[in-house]
Formats: sequence, structure tokens, C-alpha cells
Amino acid sequence: MIRGLNPIDCDVHPNVPGLKTLLPFMEPYWADTLVQRGMHELDSISYPNNSPLTARADWRPETGKPATTLEQLQSQLLDPFGIDIAILNCLYGVQLPFSEDMGAAYARAVNDWIVKEWLDRDPRLRASILIPIQSPELAIAEIERLAGDKRFVQIMTLVAGETMLGRRHHWPIYEAAERHGLPIAIHAGSSYRNPSTANGWGSYHIEDYVSQAITFQSQLASLLSEGAFRKFPDLTFVMLESGFTWVPAFLWRFKKYWRGLTMEIPWVDRSPVDIVRERVRFSLTPFDGPQSEADITKIFEHLGSDELVLFSTDYPHWQFDGNDPLPPGLSDDLVRKILVDNPRQTYARLR
Amino acid sequence: MTRHVVATIDEIKPGGRKVVTIDDREIVIFNLNGDYVGILNRCPHQGGKLCDGVVTALITSNEPGQINYARPGEIIRCPWHGWFFDLRSGQSWGEPDRIKTRNYNVAVTGGNELVEGPYQAETIEVTTDQQYLVVET
Repeated sequence: MIRGLNPIDCDVHPNVPGLKTLLPFMEPYWADTLVQRGMHELDSISYPNNSPLTARADWRPETGKPATTLEQLQSQLLDPFGIDIAILNCLYGVQLPFSEDMGAAYARAVNDWIVKEWLDRDPRLRASILIPIQSPELAIAEIERLAGDKRFVQIMTLVAGETMLGRRHHWPIYEAAERHGLPIAIHAGSSYRNPSTANGWGSYHIEDYVSQAITFQSQLASLLSEGAFRKFPDLTFVMLESGFTWVPAFLWRFKKYWRGLTMEIPWVDRSPVDIVRERVRFSLTPFDGPQSEADITKIFEHLGSDELVLFSTDYPHWQFDGNDPLPPGLSDDLVRKILVDNPRQTYARLR
Repeated sequence: MTRHVVATIDEIKPGGRKVVTIDDREIVIFNLNGDYVGILNRCPHQGGKLCDGVVTALITSNEPGQINYARPGEIIRCPWHGWFFDLRSGQSWGEPDRIKTRNYNVAVTGGNELVEGPYQAETIEVTTDQQYLVVET
């Protein structure tokens, strides 16, 4: 039980009930355009509505999408779990439109909806700025528009977009993030410009979801190799719904080959393991680890730091049952770090 | 400290290398444009013979995309997994304090000095009119 420990939930997903909800938050041209085009929804297939993953059974309403109202969030998560602060990471598909301008219009509308319907109505809430990463220029405009509101504690993008996240055309976004003291969160999901596996499209939802962890590894390799950590020394990256039990094996592999290939990427002039431990954080759920306490302890030993993992419920996604979202066997010290200290250390705006 | 006479200076041309054996240990001597250096012929990773590696330069960077290319010929890559070692210090690239191969001082000494010893020269015949490479172990 985490009640009473003032947990900070770093990955909470309010859902836009439907496109109509956003129309009042859109400029007249875009509101009219969406009606004229007959668009009625902008959800991706990352979280199909009827998939068990998309909502825990007891959090699923009789009709419609889960987690669409503040009252649901309060009664299902904030109050029963005693959440001190929850960071809202809306997964509405602002990265899906091929039109950069439409993506930006959606991002503005969702961000403003989050402010009015959520942040303004419960002081426990914080949020990520959604950006139309299709266009770095428009993404930065959205960051600049909202960074003054300290309730936005980070910037969020999906793990799979049009290009690798380490590449330099994304760097102006990172520059803006660093300047405002906002971490870059990378959440599971895709704009589906590319297949969800490196070898093409799978047939089933399970392939898509499991493959996300591999995509996170590719993006982490990209950020390391392209030198993003070197270029932006004060920027933190937060991987959300990425899983983290793959991290030690990934780092063993990356470091091993880095030793022989440093010549390609001399800007990575110290151990990539140390870079990741200092600059990257991972949300707790989904915990893909073993079940025994001894094995779970080993996983954290292999991570080599107790500062990497941030508490998350992934509400309303179905990642755990009952009222204890923590894996068993964690020391009191580690629990406090995951629930409180690590999130506060990661998010300058929560200190 | 023991001094071992291992070669005449003419045996290793600039850019060249030679493997010598001292007390059952293989040491590779390099001629870096007139400076002679020695490293253990064994990669600390899995024991690859460094004498078979290719040399490159010290490649560093101040920021992504920017390259400094210095000291060409002074960094060797293990032929097995490509790890990099500084021939002058034995230190690896990236983790210089944690991973290194042993390095040896190689002095150029006149035969006339060597005749007076003490030194070991099991395989080399020393004459007073030659210059020799002397490894300290």
C-alpha cells in the first residue's frame, strides 16, 4: 500500500472523450475544417479501446472511453491511492496528422483542454506539454506558449515518430526544453509512419505493444550515438511505459560495442552506462520483471542506481490489480526514492 | 628494475613494430617517428595480440559532429574487438583509468654504455658502435 507515502504518479493518462470535446478549444478554422472533413476521432491503434491493456476492468466505464473525467481520476486513482501529485500524459494522437499545421492545432487544443478541465480543477495535477513533433518549429512554438505555466512539468513525444529522436533536426526542441528546465518525456506509442518492428508490420496488437520496448532501445541508442546528451548537458530524458528491466542488458551491449567503435562517435567520451544513469529516467510500469523478491532485488542491482525509476500507475492502463502497484521486496528506502525522491529530483518544477 | 636489450634501433623503422619476448612475456615495441614505446602484447579484454592491430589517431570531439584528429599512428586497435589503446600510456580510450594494457619504457642506449651493464641481452649481441633499444621491466 502506498497511501500515506505521498506518491508522485509520473504516468497518468486522461482520455479525450471525443473530438467534439476539443472543438471549443480550436481556432474557428480548424474546428470548421474537422467538421467539414467529417473527422470524428484521432486515436491511434496503440491502445485499442477494447484491449484489456487499455483500461483496468474496474476502471472501465459502462460506456465510452475510460479516464475521461476528473471525477473518475479522483475516485479511482488520486483519492484511493493517496496520490500527492499526478502528471497527466494525454496520449491523444496529435502526432498522427501528416499536416504539421493540423498536428499543431490538435496539440494546442489538447493542451488547453488539459489546463481547463484538469489542471484548473485539482491542485494535485501536473501535465506534459504535447508537441507536434512533425514540425520542430511548431513544436517549439507550443513549448514557448505554455512553458510559463509551471504546472507543465515536461514535454512529451511518442517513442516512434517520423525519424530517430537523436537526429539533429530535433535538437531545437531539446534546446527549448533545456532552456525551460523541462525534461523530454518519451512515451510508448507511434505515429505509425514506420512499422512497429524494425522488420515490418506485425499482425497482432501484442506484437505492437511488446515491440515498443525494442523501439525505446533504438531511440536510446540514437540519443546516445548522435550526442544529444553531450549537446544538452542539463536535459533529462524520461522514458514512460518503456519497461526498464531491459535497461541493464541494453547497456551491457551498448557499452561493449562502444569500446570498439568509439572512433565513430568520439563525442561519447565516457561510459554510456554512466551517461544513462545520470540523464535518463524510466517509469515503473509496466514492470516486466520476475516475481520473486530476490530476483527483483537483482534487477535493481543490475541497474546500478536507485535513482532511475519513477513511480507510475499508468492509469487507466491495466498494469496491476488491487491497490498495490509496487513490485514486492523493495526496501523502504528504495520505495521512498521511487515514489517521491526520484520524481522530485527529475522534475525541477516539482521541487 | 631489470634492463633488457631487445633490438638495434635500425630493426624498427618509423611506424614499424617488433615483438620481443622478455621473461616469457611478449612485448611489442613501436617506433613513433623516433620515439620508441612498448606495450604488453595482450589486450586486457580477452587477450588479443595487439601486435596484429591497426593503428589510428587520437580522435576526440568537443561537440557532436566536430572531430579533432591528433597524434596519427599512436593509437592501436586490438584486432579482436577493436578496443583502442594509447601506445604511449597503455590507457584505453573512454575508460583510461579502468582499462589499460601494461606499457614499458624503451630507452635508446649506446652499445658503449651497455657493455658496462648491468643488463640482459640473451639474444642480442652488443657492440660498442651500435645504438640499442633497452626495455625496463
